[in-house]
Amino acid sequence: MKGQALAIAMVIVSGVATYVISVTTLDSLRETRAAFYRDYRFAELFVSLKRAPESAAEAVRAIPGVDRVETRVAAWATLDVPGFTEPVRGLLLSVPDAGEPALNALHLREGRAVVPGRDDEIIAGEAFAQAHRLRPGDRIGAVIHGRRKALRVVGIGLSPEYVYEVGPGAVFPDPKRFGVFWMGRKALASASGMEGAFNDLSATLSPGASRQDAVGRVDAVLSRYGGLGAYPRDDQVSHRYLTEEFRQLGTLASIFPVIFLGVAAFLLNVVVGRLVSLQRDQIGILKAFGYSNADVGMHYVKLIVLIVLVGAAGGIGVGAWLGRGMTRMYMAFYRFPHLHYELRPAVAATAGLVSVASAVLGALQAVRKAERMTPAEAMLPEPPGRFRVTLLERLGLRRLLSQPGRMIARNVARRPLKSALSILGIAFACAILMLGNVQEDAVGFMVDTQFRLAQREDMTVSFVEPVSARALSELRSIPGVWYGEPYRSVPVRLRFGHRSWRTAVQGFSGGGSLHRVLDTRLRPVAMPREGILMTDYLAERMGLRPGDRVSVEVLEGARPVRDVPVVGLVGEYFGVNAYMDLRALNRLLGEENAISGAFLSADRADRQSVYDALKGMPGVAGTVVRVDAIRNFYETMGGTLLLFTFVITLLAASVAFGVVYNSARIALSERGRELASLRVLGFTRGEISYILLGELSLLTVAGIPVGFLIAGGMTAYIAERMKSDLYRVPMVMEGSSYGFAAAVVIVSALLSGLLVRRRLDRLDLVAVLKTRE
Amino acid sequence: MRETDADRAGGMAEPVFRARGVTKVYEMGEVKVHALRGVDLDLFSGELVVLLGPSGSGKSTLLNILGGLDTATGGTVEYLGRELTRATDRELTEYRRRHVGFVFQFYNLIPSLTALENVSVVTDIAAQPMRPEEALGLVGLADRLNHFPAQLSGGEQQRVAIARAVAKRPSVMLCDEPTGALDAATGIVVLDVLERINREIGTTTALITHNADIAGMADRVVRVGSGVIQSVERNERKKAPREMRW
Repeated sequence: MKGQALAIAMVIVSGVATYVISVTTLDSLRETRAAFYRDYRFAELFVSLKRAPESAAEAVRAIPGVDRVETRVAAWATLDVPGFTEPVRGLLLSVPDAGEPALNALHLREGRAVVPGRDDEIIAGEAFAQAHRLRPGDRIGAVIHGRRKALRVVGIGLSPEYVYEVGPGAVFPDPKRFGVFWMGRKALASASGMEGAFNDLSATLSPGASRQDAVGRVDAVLSRYGGLGAYPRDDQVSHRYLTEEFRQLGTLASIFPVIFLGVAAFLLNVVVGRLVSLQRDQIGILKAFGYSNADVGMHYVKLIVLIVLVGAAGGIGVGAWLGRGMTRMYMAFYRFPHLHYELRPAVAATAGLVSVASAVLGALQAVRKAERMTPAEAMLPEPPGRFRVTLLERLGLRRLLSQPGRMIARNVARRPLKSALSILGIAFACAILMLGNVQEDAVGFMVDTQFRLAQREDMTVSFVEPVSARALSELRSIPGVWYGEPYRSVPVRLRFGHRSWRTAVQGFSGGGSLHRVLDTRLRPVAMPREGILMTDYLAERMGLRPGDRVSVEVLEGARPVRDVPVVGLVGEYFGVNAYMDLRALNRLLGEENAISGAFLSADRADRQSVYDALKGMPGVAGTVVRVDAIRNFYETMGGTLLLFTFVITLLAASVAFGVVYNSARIALSERGRELASLRVLGFTRGEISYILLGELSLLTVAGIPVGFLIAGGMTAYIAERMKSDLYRVPMVMEGSSYGFAAAVVIVSALLSGLLVRRRLDRLDLVAVLKTRE
Repeated sequence: MRETDADRAGGMAEPVFRARGVTKVYEMGEVKVHALRGVDLDLFSGELVVLLGPSGSGKSTLLNILGGLDTATGGTVEYLGRELTRATDRELTEYRRRHVGFVFQFYNLIPSLTALENVSVVTDIAAQPMRPEEALGLVGLADRLNHFPAQLSGGEQQRVAIARAVAKRPSVMLCDEPTGALDAATGIVVLDVLERINREIGTTTALITHNADIAGMADRVVRVGSGVIQSVERNERKKAPREMRW
């Protein structure tokens, strides 16, 4: 009984641990985020614009509902970091020359604030600083608006705006190639030609003010200054990613513990049921001597509670330990000043209560059985089970089965519900094992589709301002570049009915081969002569279908508003976009052949010289290299995925082991007598092992394909719940995931089988034969 | 009357079993139980021997050792000249498989197999078995082949167990209280079957009971008490089971 109790306790540990890990991590992250936003005055409304005089801020302040307003200068720069040859992009944000920012304040990790009067001091974002091992005192070079400037890092900081420090259009942080920096207002303004002006504004709202309203009014005020559309905190990138992460954790918190605890409850039912059968006569005697049904019932309930509490205690301990570790892992992606990890007593209490409740409920049937037996009934031997020739045998398989084979088949068929639940338990273990790997498969597929099928350029160059298409030939003529395709990107607001969406329209030249657009079946699609192609998810969110006309409000230049037909849908996993033919977009904007940048192909060997050439071109705002993006992704995410998979594998293996081991022990207990009889008749140990383990093998092997099906369902469910405009996870299940899950289940089953086999070998033939059934 | 050398020499071939000085000690926690304290016994081919004695006398222990289910602590047991007492577990399993048919008080049938299949389980692994139908016919259950043990009465179950034991054509049938769980009338039916098998097929049979009346059907009655053989008597006339009353 100890072994079985231990196996069940292990399953409970898994269930409670997953619950504790996800809930505590979620709690800690939420708490930390709330505190960070509060203490550092994270804004509620953001807007970028082309350029407005400082005085324009008053008009924004005057808007009813707007509480505090702060203006800023923001500029993009290409950076030169000593010891790093690849292109690096930086976003420079201004901080007040004197005093702290009113909104989006900085947490200084090291060093000091910038000093007024110095024009080369910057505070570097922590992620970037760590990636490049920058310390206060180090220098980096920058090209801001075409002019070179030497900058000195005086401090390293964090901001609530960049908890998730991800570059524009990127999905994963690339701290080596993108960083955020803060610079004194005067210095940055003069470096980027914004003296006395601002091009970035943040605001907070008064309590109870309508966000929609405020956004609309801010847009109205700032549109004449080239406002690109205000957005609330909910749409702010760093905040969005955090929110998505919380959603994922929440999903995990609801799925895994339920499965694990469900399996544990089932196992307890079976084990206690068997125990009650074995202890029938003791129960009978106790009742004969006056113990009430409730007394007897409580005895078993206490046993259950004991096992569960041991498991829950272990699970809370393991969960807290792993949760702390996981939380620390998050620090690598989410930049908080400190991450406060807390295991609230309420969480531990809930975990304990829920496990006990589910276990007792699950085992209720077995406990009731003990309570309901009359003393006389109890003291009689258990009535023999009723066996039948199974359906399969009646259909003709009988001849194919040996007697041991028939024993196996009929034992499984006699208690269909129990056999089915055992299969289900193993199936869930298999499914969970697959989930761990499937995540990896999905992400691999997403990256593959995005970066190998769709985006095949070696690097993407963007210009400070849209330029004439002739700039492309200049790029193409850089030694080492052997092909280039132009693109045009405009920020827009799309409107359809009462729904609107802020995004960018990308214009590509028809027949492009470097940067392609894929349809929903991932086949390259030609750019339509007129009209827009839209990410399928965006169309869904906006209620659009191909054929509908969408209103496009361009948020730059002359800001024309046009109705454009949606001509087709695009399959993408990252972000949401709208695409048009480059010429058609130019026509829409009323411009002649303008481009925002280009996709280039260059030989590996020549890359460095191409970067250098690009760095020297004043019109170039930045360069992003594709291969690096892929490599970076695997560097950042690879480690976490591996850890997650490892932990999940252990937990799922414990479930598989627990189910098989318990089934094996119970089978041994129920069939010990007949197996001993067979030994007496001259069957070898090997032959009776076949009978006992044959049944278990049947259950295990049946459980695996059911597990695959369940995994498919769970993956679809999770993918559906995780859909957002940031990314959509495809359902991808590689053969290796199936194989891995099946292998772990089989190994766990084999291990339990071996353990039980040892007991089988030690069956005392004489003792077993002396007792009645 | 103790078996004398004369009895032994008198017209009988080599004994099927030869036990000399057999002792068996069990350790039950801190207590040592001396189940057998030096047993000498010969069993001859074709005879029906009843081992008679009160509970705790050691008769079951002796039968288990003869059947290769248990090993003696001391002494020797030979089966047709081969020593059982030093056989390995594998060899004992092989021995039971080929040479011994067991019948127990509580039948010990496989509940998930029909009567026919319960016998087949044994004939499938035997060298030259009877056909299972034939064995069941021998015990009068030809019309109950496809019934499960739960659908058979106690007497019928025991008869299936006998059919199972005899189907492999064992050299020896060892029966431990075969009628212990049955009422008188059913018990007689069962004993009848055993007697007939012994008579018609000639299988050496050893039968344990605490019921002295049953001893009447044996060729020889071996009284066992306190771990030793107290006496061995020959029955002048064997009673048929139907003649017995208890």
